[in-house]
Amino acid sequence: MDVKITEPSLPFPGSIQDTPGGGIVLSKLDDVINWARSNSVWPLTFATSCCGIEMMSAASAKYDFSRFGFEVARATPRQADVIIIAGTIVNKMAPVLKRLYDQMPDPKYVIAMGACAISGGPFFYNTYSVVKGADHIIPVDVYIAGCPPRPEALLHALITLQEKIRSGLTRDQIRAQFSEDGK
Amino acid sequence: MGNDELLEKLKELFPDASIEQGNDWPELLFEHAQVADGKFLEVVQTLKSTNEFLFNYLFCETCVDWKTHFNMVYHLESTQYRHSMVLKVKLNHEQPSIDSLSFVYRTAEMHEREIFDLFGIVFTGHPNLKRIILTEDWVGHPLRKDYDDPINMIKL
Repeated sequence: MDVKITEPSLPFPGSIQDTPGGGIVLSKLDDVINWARSNSVWPLTFATSCCGIEMMSAASAKYDFSRFGFEVARATPRQADVIIIAGTIVNKMAPVLKRLYDQMPDPKYVIAMGACAISGGPFFYNTYSVVKGADHIIPVDVYIAGCPPRPEALLHALITLQEKIRSGLTRDQIRAQFSEDGK
Repeated sequence: MGNDELLEKLKELFPDASIEQGNDWPELLFEHAQVADGKFLEVVQTLKSTNEFLFNYLFCETCVDWKTHFNMVYHLESTQYRHSMVLKVKLNHEQPSIDSLSFVYRTAEMHEREIFDLFGIVFTGHPNLKRIILTEDWVGHPLRKDYDDPINMIKL
């Protein structure tokens, strides 16, 4: 399968045919939609522990994820496109997380930030209350390692998510592509 | 009142309890039998209302599981004299129960619900003794050393 992932250096998917007095843009509607979507991914304000502090740092002036189109964190899932699971998910929080995810409008994306959201992290052993990985509850698009990850790592994850959105592939297609490449 | 003076007064008042100077404050330890049948409330009322003590502030209430027994730990302070003390009661492990302090210190009401939830200590006279953190249908008390949950816990 020949899939072209839009490079960051290629801001608009498609080609421009020069004609006298201007030009014609040739592209696919899907590509244009994905390109637009990837540049406006509003996160949900959802932080359950210390990763939330790093997320706030990534949102504030020093790192400022608005520069990449993550414009502003929304306090309601109905206006959010991506949920950054920033922290430990305990059994009592699990139904809440599921409900928040269900309330988000499609298309929606999930980033698992930090060790707790990936696998339970430091709370993997000998605990009765922690969910061993947020992907037991909702599907995750991008995982970031770290305890907590630095804001740069979160930015990297967000940009990775943008690339994933621009590729326009479903989860199954990406998995098939990876298995073809023998990765 | 300074710690040394407090220690002497407490020894005078409770000759049968074991009293020692802890790291920070005097520590008063009772066996459960010594404070059974409502005597515990009398002890606490004495500490709260005697003019030279006036321990009118319960700033911490917790429990320790020593496997053979439980220790209830109460940290008391006087907002007037700014002195503090620790009150401990040893409870047996089979059927741990003690008088509730929720009518002496209102703050104890929530603390005792939490201790009941996580340690399973029964507070007699508590107005609303039910689980506060865990779900109502939870089985067991997770902060006990012998707690086991084969479904949710992965043992290392």
